[in-house]
Amino acid sequence: MRRIVQSFEESKGMAMLKYVSRRIAISIIILVLISATVFIIFNYLPFDPARLSCGKHCTPEIIAGNRHRLGLDVNWWVQWWRFLEGIFAGRNYGEGAALIHCGAPAFGYSFTQHECVTTLLGQALPVTVSLAIGAFIMWLVLGVTLGVISARFRNTWIDRLSTVFVLVGTSLPTFISGLLLLLFIVLKFNLISPLDLGTWHSPLTDPWGWFSSYFWPWLSLALIYAATYTRFTRSNVIETSSEDFIRTARAKGVSERKVLWKHTLRPALAPILTIAGLDFAGLLGGAIITEQIFQLPGLGRLTLQAVLQDYDLPIIVATTTLAAAFVVIANLVVDLAYALLDPRIRIS
Amino acid sequence: MSNLLDVKGLNVTFPTVDGEVRASVDLNFELNRGETLAIVGESGSGKSVSSLAIMGLHNRAQTLISGEVILHGSKGSTELISASEETVRGLRGKEMAMIFQDPMSSLHPYYSIGAQISEAWAIHNDGSKRDGMKRAIQMLDLVEIPSAAKRAHEFPHQFSGGMRQRAMIAMALVNNPSLLIADEPTTALDVTVQAQVLQLLQNMQKEFNMGVILITHDLGVVAEFADRVNVMYAGKIVETAGVEDLYYRSMHPYTIGLLRSIPRVDQIDNHRLDAIKGAPPSLINLPIACSFAPRCEYSSLVPGGLCNQSQPELEQKEAEHFARCFLPAERIAEVRS
Amino acid sequence: MSTPILEIKDLKKYFPISGGAFGKSKGAVKAVDGVDITVMPGETVGLVGESGCGKTTVGRTVMKLYEPTSGQIFFDGEEITNLRGRAMKPIRSKMQMIFQDPYSSLNPRHTVGRIISSSFEIHGINPVGGTKIAVQELLERVGLNPEHINRFPHEFSGGQRQRIGIARALALRPKLIVADEPVSALDVSIQAQVVNLLDDLQQEFGLSYLFVAHDLSVVQHIADRVVAMYLGKVMEEAPTAQLFAHPRHPYTKALLSAVPIPDPRVERSRERIILKGDLTSPANPPAGCVFSTRCWKATDLCHQVAPLPLELTPGHRVACHFPE
Repeated sequence: MRRIVQSFEESKGMAMLKYVSRRIAISIIILVLISATVFIIFNYLPFDPARLSCGKHCTPEIIAGNRHRLGLDVNWWVQWWRFLEGIFAGRNYGEGAALIHCGAPAFGYSFTQHECVTTLLGQALPVTVSLAIGAFIMWLVLGVTLGVISARFRNTWIDRLSTVFVLVGTSLPTFISGLLLLLFIVLKFNLISPLDLGTWHSPLTDPWGWFSSYFWPWLSLALIYAATYTRFTRSNVIETSSEDFIRTARAKGVSERKVLWKHTLRPALAPILTIAGLDFAGLLGGAIITEQIFQLPGLGRLTLQAVLQDYDLPIIVATTTLAAAFVVIANLVVDLAYALLDPRIRIS
Repeated sequence: MSNLLDVKGLNVTFPTVDGEVRASVDLNFELNRGETLAIVGESGSGKSVSSLAIMGLHNRAQTLISGEVILHGSKGSTELISASEETVRGLRGKEMAMIFQDPMSSLHPYYSIGAQISEAWAIHNDGSKRDGMKRAIQMLDLVEIPSAAKRAHEFPHQFSGGMRQRAMIAMALVNNPSLLIADEPTTALDVTVQAQVLQLLQNMQKEFNMGVILITHDLGVVAEFADRVNVMYAGKIVETAGVEDLYYRSMHPYTIGLLRSIPRVDQIDNHRLDAIKGAPPSLINLPIACSFAPRCEYSSLVPGGLCNQSQPELEQKEAEHFARCFLPAERIAEVRS
Repeated sequence: MSTPILEIKDLKKYFPISGGAFGKSKGAVKAVDGVDITVMPGETVGLVGESGCGKTTVGRTVMKLYEPTSGQIFFDGEEITNLRGRAMKPIRSKMQMIFQDPYSSLNPRHTVGRIISSSFEIHGINPVGGTKIAVQELLERVGLNPEHINRFPHEFSGGQRQRIGIARALALRPKLIVADEPVSALDVSIQAQVVNLLDDLQQEFGLSYLFVAHDLSVVQHIADRVVAMYLGKVMEEAPTAQLFAHPRHPYTKALLSAVPIPDPRVERSRERIILKGDLTSPANPPAGCVFSTRCWKATDLCHQVAPLPLELTPGHRVACHFPE
């Protein structure tokens, strides 16, 4: 008997492995396609980076030289191929004495900032990741807790209070709530010195500095997301509690506390996981408005600068592809996590 | 008084914005161990509502329940309506168990069949997880699930419809309850599978000496399985009798109408069916009158339009045979034949 | 011999099972696997079987809601197997369907009048005396109050909604109605009313019915002939009285014996056959006779060779190596 059970478990493991490797393969294909799409789109936009990077005294020769230097004098698919190559092998820009080497993984070279894009990303990423992780944890804890509580105490004053929060939270845009926080709380009560805004404190060496410099940006982001999550959690929990299998649990004599924690929350929160994963990935791509308000030098600001100032194509391509990659990876992680949670997806 | 369950004056009412829905009105019945009582009725007749009230499964905040439900369990008698939530919870799944119409949606999709049965056991017993699983496999074996030890680790979606209902039965019986409420247990199943499950239920009833309340709309299933029958209409019991009396000496026009309106597989007929005209009334703000009167063929036989003016009581027509009708037993017997 | 209103020859409908990274086909569910059915004018043919037997798929394929995989469908002598779109339109008006769930098959935002008159619009028909009069006549004919023409589906009870569905099907004066479990969702006391209505309409308009249902007692009452299916194949076909009195296929016999009879003495004294096991999945049918895995009479022959339907007595076809 035991052997049967074992081989059965093994075949289940095999199926899971097959599923995972298939999903990873698909994700890689999607990433490659996305990067190609980015190149096609930018190729057809009515901007010419070679012209933009040329300055006031421009001659056709200089433009052509710039175009060559930027690697824009070839077809988009050659550019794309070089881009892919650079990720794995590193890449050289310019010739002779002006030769610049960007080591793998190279995402291009920014001629406006005179820096390998990888280096710029390396500076911006910790900021954005810090912002995203903290905000994510904050809104998840806040949103789910409030949602569960208001579902549990449906139609009481607690529930109504949380409804007010949801209404306010969902109707306030980030640039308002962020500015309000910044102006009326942070600056008024000197919670962060305006001079310290945007200074990087490593969580490893200065955890308190890190925490206190990110707390308010987290809060301004988290409030909005939390409101949405409260509403979503509440309706999911309520919907799940009217399922037949919850009635079955009660008929077995399961206590109300266990009905909620064991029987209701797992199926009610599983769909929230999907959305949370994607929202988190979206934030990793850069929270443009929040980063701008709190002057955080993250991916969002990097992108915004690149677009606004000089149409710095390598940076835009890199951040766009990266943002897409985050979403694809998050999708993968979420699906795998969902499969762990829900046996109906695991085995079929 | 019976030796298992006494229901006295049970009312279940749902307050709504449109008015009170009196889903079950003044229900009185009793049930002995080893006996099967069928509760027959159409949707909205109150048959499920009253059994959920016995199990204490209504949301107390949204339901008004009055009356008495006394369960004579293995550890003494308890009145369930006034008992604390905690007391009733201790009896649910232990002394009284329930199975439902749709076994797919009634089983938790995230937990294995074995885990769900073992949970039902663990709530009311002390023992390790391993003991619970052992007991679950034993129960699955008892309800004739092939290779139970292996299938206990599978999830509901991997079971067929019939096997899911068997698993539900195993779960309900894991603590050897004295009362089993089966709410349309075979309605969602195919007819050949229905036959298997009904047979299983009958065997289990004998084995555990349970009292069974069988809630169904299927008069065929009742004929096969029940000892006594309550017929419900618009929230009230309109007739109650032993199974043979009910089928062969029906005392309520609704019962007579139902039995006449259904075709049978063993009698080839080509005539028109004797349909009951009209439709059941809405349960909100029911007038004080016989609820069946608007559909009744015989209400004109009652003098003075009584049927539309006052409510008939459930009165004794014959020994052990009650019906909620103004017509005297002899008159009903006349019109029936 | 008149022309059958509907003739189905060797009809097959397979649904591909997709899977794998690029949705490549992994096989097929043989929902309907070589079915022959004939419906004569004015006749009611009952199509019975349990879930997964393919009876609903037959109904939908006849209505061309599904494209058949192979086989032929003739309507009133004309082959409609490969008719599509505009070519199918004149046929559709003569062939209508009634569904199991009357609520989900009626648009909740449209009034009853609009639901029924849409049939006229689609087929460009201007009824004599105007659409409204025609709709009201139809409502009255199916036993609804003609003044309720401006009400919405949710204002009606289940039985009334099914009457609306019937009125809609009837609007174009069809010759054939495919009724897919038309009374299964209804309460017992309402079922009889709808069955009677279908009976009356058949008399009045000379309708033919393909009556798809799992409830054998209703089929016994309404059908002239019965076709019993199991896993996509026809097991037995016979005139109703003959099939119910003397079923010759072991499956039909077991099916009939499993239906509880609302008569305690009869019910408790009769012999019943309780089949072992569950319904087999049509994605993975057994070799040989599809019923062999659950049949108490099955021999090696049954497990290897699928029996062909044989006409044992006139009009009584049985697909079994060892008929009763």
